Parts: sequence; structure tokens; C-alpha cells
Amino acid sequence: MSAPAKISRRAFLRISGGASAALVLGVHLPGRARAAPGATFAPNAWLAIDESGTVTVWVIRSEMGQGVLTSLPMIVAEQLEADFSRVRVEQAVTDPKYGRMSTGGSTSIRRSWEPLQKAGAAAREMLVAAAAARWGVEPGACVAQGGAVHEAQGGRRLGYGELAAAAARLPVPADPRLKPPAEFRIVGRSVPRVDAADKGNGKARFGIDVRLPGMLYATVARCPVRGGRVKEFRAEAALRVPGVRSVVPVPSGVAVVADSTWAAIRGREALQATYDPGPNGTLDDAAIDALLADPRASLTAVRSEGDFARAYAGAARKVEATYQFPFLAHATMEPMNCTARVGAGGAELWAPTQSPTWAQSEVAKALGLPEDRVSVHTTLLGGGFGRRAMPDVPVEAAQVARAAGAPVQVVWTREDDIAHDYFRPASRNVLAAGLDADGRLVAWRHTVRAPSIMAQVFGKAEGQPDVVGGAADVPYRAGAVLVDCYTPAIGVTIGWWRSVYSSQNACAEECFLDEVAALAGQDPFRFRRALLAGAPRLRAVLELAASRAGWGNPLPRGWGRGIACHASFGSFAAEVAEISVEEDRVRVRRVVAAVDCGRVVNPAILEAQVESAVAYGLAAALRGRIDIRGGAAVQRNLDEYRPLRIDEMPRVEVHWPESSESPSGIGEPGLPPLAPAVLNALAAATGRRVRTLPLEKALSKGP
Amino acid sequence: MASFALDVNGKRLTAVAEPDTPLLWVLRDALGLTGTKYGCGIGECGACTVLLDGEPVRSCSLALKDAVGHRVLTIEGLAPEGGAHPVQSAWIAEQVTQCGYCQSGQILSAVALLARQPKPTDRQIEEALSGVLCRCGTYNRIRAAVRRAAADARREAKP
Repeated sequence: MSAPAKISRRAFLRISGGASAALVLGVHLPGRARAAPGATFAPNAWLAIDESGTVTVWVIRSEMGQGVLTSLPMIVAEQLEADFSRVRVEQAVTDPKYGRMSTGGSTSIRRSWEPLQKAGAAAREMLVAAAAARWGVEPGACVAQGGAVHEAQGGRRLGYGELAAAAARLPVPADPRLKPPAEFRIVGRSVPRVDAADKGNGKARFGIDVRLPGMLYATVARCPVRGGRVKEFRAEAALRVPGVRSVVPVPSGVAVVADSTWAAIRGREALQATYDPGPNGTLDDAAIDALLADPRASLTAVRSEGDFARAYAGAARKVEATYQFPFLAHATMEPMNCTARVGAGGAELWAPTQSPTWAQSEVAKALGLPEDRVSVHTTLLGGGFGRRAMPDVPVEAAQVARAAGAPVQVVWTREDDIAHDYFRPASRNVLAAGLDADGRLVAWRHTVRAPSIMAQVFGKAEGQPDVVGGAADVPYRAGAVLVDCYTPAIGVTIGWWRSVYSSQNACAEECFLDEVAALAGQDPFRFRRALLAGAPRLRAVLELAASRAGWGNPLPRGWGRGIACHASFGSFAAEVAEISVEEDRVRVRRVVAAVDCGRVVNPAILEAQVESAVAYGLAAALRGRIDIRGGAAVQRNLDEYRPLRIDEMPRVEVHWPESSESPSGIGEPGLPPLAPAVLNALAAATGRRVRTLPLEKALSKGP
Repeated sequence: MASFALDVNGKRLTAVAEPDTPLLWVLRDALGLTGTKYGCGIGECGACTVLLDGEPVRSCSLALKDAVGHRVLTIEGLAPEGGAHPVQSAWIAEQVTQCGYCQSGQILSAVALLARQPKPTDRQIEEALSGVLCRCGTYNRIRAAVRRAAADARREAKP
């Protein structure tokens, strides 16, 4: 069975001949490589060239809209000197040879840049060596370009397909020469996405589109409260629904297995089930607020420079503020789902997952199978945003498939998707700053009160608490700095949400910095710039955003402009938001973003990722919230948890500096500055400082 | 269960299902047309949009029995195999797609708009597409692609 996510561009030739006639190269970090088959180590990237000259690149990262099926093969093709129109892209299936497959933390290009360049360069050198041997000349007399090796002096030329078999017999260079950036022909260009056509004609296969022979569909009735369970159920009424095949208990709840998705949905509606909510059944927002605000909480210092208490006590002017952030759902457009087939030989899964390897090991554990008997085919993901990092859905699908005795696609309705999300944690951020008589920042404190995702997911957290991500590394120069935290356990399921704790911490920090600037009587842009002497790349994007936005230029009456900047995932981002306010309705008109993510692999994809971060961050800032009542989420569907609509999408301009730094993340870094830029713009327009998100909730309460 | 004759993408197809089954699930599970997506089931997100006699409808909220006697067009039927509708070409030219999950709903809504309004204003584009949600934030490129498709059509119409 071929992977449903397989992307085959029509123009591409099919691979023929098999491994004996093809150059198959496994590359593994750091820098060691040898020709396959027979490779026994764990490579992290693969390419193959067949006799026809078609290059196949296997991608181990999940495509969730961020363009890895295009950008990662570009890196290989560049160093390979391939003709990109003859590169065929395949989604890798879990295998130890790929190492750990996971997509998150804006790492896809960062972690692939060096190994994929080496993979392409090593193959290129082998093809050149094969041509040189064929012609009886030195490799230095040969040039690789456009999918062929050319004789530098003289007109001989051999295509990669003609050289593949010979190249496969050569030793793999351990340290191939990388093409210098000045010679790049593919990297740095807006190469069109390889999946664009199929995503516009209905052929693209997402997880929910997987169809296997004999496959059934299932929904699962689950207790909506963390730690709760199904107490008892009666299956009779569900079984009377036409198309329902069986009702089977699984660890996560009770599965209704049917001939179609609709029958599974109707069957679950008919199922009679009662729930025991467990110890979190009375949890609500007031209790969570009280927990986070606990005055007796013992705080853990994670960064302490100078003597904050003394500096703050001696400050000429001081300001303190508390910011509050709600839980957020991910609401990927494709609701959670997974398809599983479990048989005597093992388990096979088709999963729209960010974590194929983690899903594999958790499924193996859940079914009592060795890991090598579980394989995970990564399909296209209809959005990920961190939600699809979790292995819960693949595990559930495997358990349902085993209980049903048939291949099963478990589909979560949108209501399931929201109710059982791993929410962005709520947090309470308390900040304090002091200025000396000259308006210089002499004391900075940021206390983060939030539950720890790492502690909840893995049972323990090591090293610096995750909750201070984006707060501990505050880039502004202050006389004394104290960053501390309180991380109470919480009875709500939490997880990673695009930009993780930077989504709350940067918002609090960047809004509060405007408050400090106001206290100092200074312009927010100039105040920041002066404090960023030790952070030149961040300062540079701040200046770039301000200049492209026309910082200081007049705006229409009722409009406001705000700025914010933040470094995350190895990259630097600054945004200027222009908003208008009419009768408490905030409209974001324009966002000017400047990002420095090092060398840009594909500028069009970079722009799209920043536009995406703006849209995702803006929906959250304006109205994103999950309220908790009775231990469960109050919002149920997209009419109550409302993504941004097209008429709310601001104009977005994206700028970046030329950079020779290694590429860093871009999926997330555009998000953290958005909310504070909007809130700072609101304060500029109206004088109102909103410190509790979302904005619409804060505004609806009146001044 | 009953048998229903449907006109889908110009073909006469038979679906055996309960009469109140939403057309969405008939298309996806019975007819194998998975290009039409499930997003919310309450007509809120537009991912399931198909054209019924040329008008965009939410197939999650349209009963199978009510689709009988009407022409249903799904994303798979928009262009002949191997070809592309001008709106699909404009989508590629503007590199609209990110995750791609909502795009068939977006494209079909744009096709319906341009059929009744060949020169849409930005406001009309927003009105026609505001019911189709995209979490990836492709909206500005959608606007550009609709404008491009409209301009391409006008250019072609000129002698």
C-alpha cells in the first residue's frame, strides 16, 4: 500500500529499476554517510536518483501548510545541482533509518539545513566522480549543473540518470564540498509549492481522506473532563441506527463503529452513556484564576541579575501590572482523525500527525507490540499548530481498530476536536519595572504564573521551566532583572500552541514595555531601540518594521499604531499594527512585519508563514478563549470559537534583511509580536490599556 | 436505507443511504469524492461547500434527498482530468494554498461569485467568501487570486 500523502507531480517520471540500478544515498548526522542498501544506521534524509534521472527526495517533516514538501527538497536539489522540475517528493514512512520524525518548534528547516545540504552535495560529488571516471578525466574537469555532469573543456555531457548506477558503487564522501551561497540557483527563490495543484483540485489526501479496503468509520464518546471516564453505557439504541456495526469500549471512551462517518455520528448520538467527571468535575474559570493568583504561591527564580528588590525599592518611578491570558483551542481546519489497521503482523497507521515517531512508540506501547511492528504513514495535515504533536488520536485509532477487528478511521467531530483539545495554557503574568531619575530602566521583573505543559505531558519537567519561554530571555537592558514563575498543576488538558509560551509572555512583556515607556515619557519605538543595544538582530528588525510602517507618520482620527518585537525559535520579529476603533469595534487595518530568520530558503513561503501567524494570532487576540465550566470547555464549535474571517484580515507587509546566517524558524516567530502590537495600538488610539485577553471580552465589559 | 439518483459533476450516480444523510457524507464516504471537506457540521466554516445548480451550498447541512433533481458540482468536477479551471490557475499563480484543507470551499465559492459577478469589488469578494474559514490565513492571497481570475477572464473575453 502506498502512502496516501504521496505527492507525484504529473510531469515526473516514475521510478524504475529499483535499488540495484539507482543511487540510493542515506545521510545521517553528523556528516557520516554511506550508500544504501545495507545502511544500518539511522539517516535523517534520503534521496534517490533513478536511471531516468528522476530525483526522489524523502521528507521526514510533516506538511501542515508551512511548505516543507517544497522547501526541504529545494535544499537537497540545490547542492545536488538537480533540475528541480525533475525532483519528486515523497513523505517518509516511520523507519529507524530516518531517526526521530517530528515537526514542531519551527525546526524543520533549521534542523535540515546542514544534513540536507550534505546529502545533496555528497550525491553530486559521487555523480561527478562517476562521470570523470567514465571520461578518464579529473573530477575537477567536470561541472555538475541542471541534473547532468558536463565536461568543463569540451562538450561531453552525462545526465544523472546515466550516471546513477556507476555512482552507486562509489564511496560516499564524508565531508563533501558545499556550494557557496553565491552560486545558489534554487535556494532563495520563490519556487512554487509542489502541492499547490493537488490542493486546489481535490486530489490532495489529508488524514480524513484515507480510504482502505474494508475500512469502517468510528466516533468515540468520551468524558469531556480531564481525568473523567465513561461510567456506564447502553449500546442498544446506537446499534439500531442504520449502518452501525458495533459499539466497543476503548480506554478513551466508547467507540461506535459504522459503515459511514454519518452513521457513526448518529450512532453516538443514540448511545446512552453516563460519565464520571472525576476530581476536576467542578473546576471553573474562577477556581483557575484563584489558583494562578494564589498569594501564597512559592515562586521559582529562573533568571536573576543584579538585586531586583533593591533596585526596584530605590527606583524614582515605578509601574506594576498584571496581564491575564485565556485557554485557547487550536481549531485546525481538519478535525482530529486517524486511520488504523491492526492485524497479526502488527499495526499500520495513516495519521495527519506532527509526531510520527512518538505516535509509533505510543501505539506500540498501547497495543503491546514491538515498535518495529508499528508503521506510521504521515498524510497531509489540514493544519497542525502544535495540536497534532500529541499522539492521543493515533493511539485511540489503533485501539478502536483492534477492538473492532477491522481497519477503522476514527473521526472527531468539531465538537470533539474542541472539547478534547490540548489547550494553550491560561496564564497570569505579573510585571514590575523601575526607572531612575533620568528615565533609565533600572529594574525589571516578570513573574509567570501558568501550568507547565512539560510537567503535565511528561509527568516531570527538567531544566528551566517551560512556562518562562519568551520571558526569561527578555532582551532589554535593565539594571536588575528577575524572572520567576509559579507552575501549579491544573485539571485542564494543556499543550503546545503555535509559539507556545511566547504567545502569552511576549504579549505581557511587550505591552508592559509600552507602559514603562509611557512612564518614562518616551516614544515606544525609540525606548525599545535604546534598550536593545545587546540584541542587534532584534533591534535591526525593530528599526526595519518601524521605517517600513512609517512610524510617527500621522494617522486618520480614531486610528492608532502600535509596535512590538520578540525573538523566538532562533528568529527575530517586529510588527507594527495600525488599527481603527469605532464604537468599541477594533479593526486591524495593516500589519507591517520585519523578520530575520537567517538565510531565506523560499521567500514566498516565508511571507505566507508570517501572514499566517498574523491571522492566527489576531483571531486569538480579538476573541479567542476557551472558558471552563464543570471541568469542561464551554465553547463547542466554530460559531463559539471563531477563527478570523476574510473581511477581518488586515493588509500584511513582510520585510526581511539580507542575511548569511543559517536559517532559523519561521512558522511561529511571526505570532508573538502581533497581539501586543494590536494592544499597544489600541492604547495609542484610545488611551485604554487592555491587560486581559481576549480584546473583545475586555472591551465588552466597558471601561 | 433507500436509493437516490444524483447528478454529480455531470454524471448520474446512485447513492444508497438514509434520506436525511448530509450530502457531505454521501459524497465523501459513498461516492469517494473526498475533495469536499468536513470542518464543523453546522454550516459555519464552509469547508464542505459545493455548488448546487451553480450556487454555493453547505453540503454538511443539505440532506441527500434535497440534492435529488439538482446539479451538484464538487471540486473534482470543476475541470476535466489533467486540466485546471481559470480560478484554480489563479490560485496557483498567487500561491494561495498553505495546508489546503479549506481550499475547495474557497475555490468553489469564488467560482460562483465570478459566474454572477465577473468584476467583483473587494467588498463583494469579502461578502462571497466570508463564510469560508481558513486557519492558515491565506485570505489576502485569496483576494488576489479572485481579482486575478476576474482579470484573466476579461482578457480572454476580449477579441
